[in-house]
Amino acid sequence: MSSISKAPQDFGFGEDEVMLRDVAHRFLDARLPTDKLRRLVAERPETVYDGGATAPWDKALWSEIVELGWTGLAIDQEQGGADISLVGIAGIVEEVGRYALPSPLIPTLSASMMLRAAGTEAANRIMTQIASEGTPTGLAITNARGSWEPGDAPLTAVADGDGLILSGSAYFVQDAFKVDVLLVSAKLGNKLLLCGVRTDAKGVHLKQDHIHDLTRDQASVHFDEVRIEPEAIISRDAASVFQATWPRLMVLIAADLCGAAEWLLQTTVEYAKERVQFDRPIGFFQAVKHPLVNAMMKIDEARSLVYHACAELDAGSENAVTAAHMAKSSASDAAAFISDRSIQLHGGIGFTWEHALHIYFKRNMHNQALMGDGVYHRQKLADLVIGPISVI
Amino acid sequence: MNAPIQEPDPNEFRSKVRRWLEENVPPPSPERLPITPIEVMTFGQRDYLQEWQRKCYKAGLVGTDIPVEYGGYGHKGLQSIANQEMKRAKVPYLINIVGLSMAVPTILRHGTEEQKRKFIPGCLSGEEIWCQGFSEPGAGSDLANQRTMAKKDGDDWILNGHKVWTSLGHFAKWMILLTRTSSEHKYEGLTYFLCPIEGQSGVTVRPLVKITGETGFNEVLFEDARIPDAYRLDEVGKGWTVAMTTLTAERGASEGAGSGGGAGDILGATAKLVELARNSWSGDTLAADNPVTRDAIVQRSIAAEGLRQSARRARVSSLCDHPMRLPLQQKLAVTEFDQENARLGVQIAGAHSTLYKRDSRAPSEGHWPLAYLNSYGNTIAAGTNEIQRNILGERVLGLPKSK
Ligand SMILES: Cc1cc2nc3c(=O)[nH]c(=O)nc-3n(C[C@H](O)[C@H](O)[C@H](O)COP(=O)(O)OP(=O)(O)OC[C@H]3O[C@@H](n4cnc5c(N)ncnc54)[C@H](O)[C@@H]3O)c2cc1C
Repeated sequence: MSSISKAPQDFGFGEDEVMLRDVAHRFLDARLPTDKLRRLVAERPETVYDGGATAPWDKALWSEIVELGWTGLAIDQEQGGADISLVGIAGIVEEVGRYALPSPLIPTLSASMMLRAAGTEAANRIMTQIASEGTPTGLAITNARGSWEPGDAPLTAVADGDGLILSGSAYFVQDAFKVDVLLVSAKLGNKLLLCGVRTDAKGVHLKQDHIHDLTRDQASVHFDEVRIEPEAIISRDAASVFQATWPRLMVLIAADLCGAAEWLLQTTVEYAKERVQFDRPIGFFQAVKHPLVNAMMKIDEARSLVYHACAELDAGSENAVTAAHMAKSSASDAAAFISDRSIQLHGGIGFTWEHALHIYFKRNMHNQALMGDGVYHRQKLADLVIGPISVI
Repeated sequence: MNAPIQEPDPNEFRSKVRRWLEENVPPPSPERLPITPIEVMTFGQRDYLQEWQRKCYKAGLVGTDIPVEYGGYGHKGLQSIANQEMKRAKVPYLINIVGLSMAVPTILRHGTEEQKRKFIPGCLSGEEIWCQGFSEPGAGSDLANQRTMAKKDGDDWILNGHKVWTSLGHFAKWMILLTRTSSEHKYEGLTYFLCPIEGQSGVTVRPLVKITGETGFNEVLFEDARIPDAYRLDEVGKGWTVAMTTLTAERGASEGAGSGGGAGDILGATAKLVELARNSWSGDTLAADNPVTRDAIVQRSIAAEGLRQSARRARVSSLCDHPMRLPLQQKLAVTEFDQENARLGVQIAGAHSTLYKRDSRAPSEGHWPLAYLNSYGNTIAAGTNEIQRNILGERVLGLPKSK
């Protein structure tokens, strides 16, 4: 399994990447301290869970993010983007996870990556919009079973002159109520199509899912004979676009998980230094200390694997897909572990709505499942590392 | 014999070392070598490994960064490159591991000029093998709880006591010794010596047998043994401080004076498990087809890549939150990685995992059960992994000390 890697020793994390990450850190630290996050997304449980309100987010903050240029991170300079390496983007997304930012940033970055892989004129037009106006854009590519594999495209298309008519429903659409444009995948015969559709287009209906994560919204999107103009067709043969983009999307979520996991670790460590029981800070007890060390080691493995996957993807290495599966598996499991320990080691206060832990716990639960959990990725890896199961 | 590699430029040095290692592949060992150097048992193994260290030393791969006056080559920052290349080339390890990674850094820091000139050269060449006399029956994790006692007698010290788990003791000419010189204070009553072992009167080295059935470490009894005061390292009562230098070096925070190849072929470890699974059965299913086993192997391969990438990340300071966060994980992570691999190998081997070293039907000559049994040596030695977790929790996370 020795890899053919062209990636640099420092993962390509140079001065620019450090600067971008540090700016992101300072910006989010100032604009979204934990208190504010809690007031924003977890003010009253009855509104979010029982009242059916759409998950709140800070639109003014989003405008500032657009000003900072984050929507153009994964877009080429010809389309007005900043064209930052994936490892640089991961550094920023880690900060996004650390502050549990509710925003359409991850969907928009994901969509940009898919558009860039398509590279068509239609794709370029949307990317120009994203980069210049910060148009929030998302993906509607998952079917009712929760599968996003190309063969499972949620919609069907029929030709309509030089355009198309789309029907069917896409599920598990992330931040659907925040985005203006959706990239949707559909089957036309045995071909996979990718089109851009505005969420307010005629025949597009959003139905909100009731989710536990407070830092995003999710919806099913129903397409009732939606007319697609030819210039909105991004790709008529998108299988390779999907293949090229998957690993990047996995890595984005893995980076978010790493950031959120590190927040949980540090928050729990601080609590373990302050909370006194039996005349000692609880961090003295090894039943508290050792799991925190274990969590740190799991997070460190995940972070190293995320940077590795980014560097391999940036370098176009043949090892990149393996590396991305490893990153998402490791990050999902590391986040699950510290999520679990952080609540337990806080005791009663950790079980309350009042404490911010649950916001991260739920964001992590959601991200663990998104684009495949550890088990899913390890099954894929087994075929790569061991070879397929022999047919007897 | 070629001249030593004298090349200050790191890239040039690396490629020259690489070439030397390609051109000087040692012949296979006449006797099977144990997994790690601290378990070397027989004189045959010793002779073979001593010859290999001598060759590496002559080539400039050992003692690379050590000053010329002390037998080294006087470079800066090249030892780590030589170490990496020796690992990469999968050549045998260097037998004098205690000397190179513990005695030399400690003597350099605390020794007199005379001591440095006397002790370091033989250590680098491998001619004089070193052992570590820290642990005692009553002093393990609580290392300062020493009972061995040295009493001043003219220009000598007279030593009485009992050291245990002394790796390489049966080959050693010298021992780095921690002992009590005063019973008044637990820590300030300790003194550190460079103690002669081989052929000394009043010194008895007796082999101890490990759970594998092999010898590999020893107990050392001191009965009125004499140490000249000239062999005392640093001041009387400073033993604990000196011992901390040794432990820091031992726990991998420094590159030491050379390391050699051998253990630590992390990616190769997964490949071996895959190979085993392709040739093992779990009932009527090929182990490589069993989904649970497949998942377990993939977990190992993720851990392997994680270790490799963390080693890489440890050199990129902007991606490390705390400078000791990754380095202090090294011992813990690697020893548990090895243990998990071995445990899984045993599981995969199934019925065949019952077959031990001497059985002709044993997969890989009984490697898996042997490696599994042996793996506990490393999760216990050099500060148990529980102690490592204390250290990480306290020094990196800043949690209160448990002592
Ligand atoms: C293969 C091998 C080679 C060795 N080679 C050498 C050598 O060359 N020279 C030498 O001097 N020594 C050597 N040692 C000794 C080694 O350093 C000690 O075994 C080790 O420090 C543990 O001490 P102990 O065996 O007395 O166990 P103990 O300290 O009695 O520990 C028993 C158990 O209690 C746990 N424990 C103890 N204290 C704590 C605590 N504060 N918090 C949590 N858990 C705790 C330990 O982790 C362990 O699980 C070697 C050991 C092995 C296994």
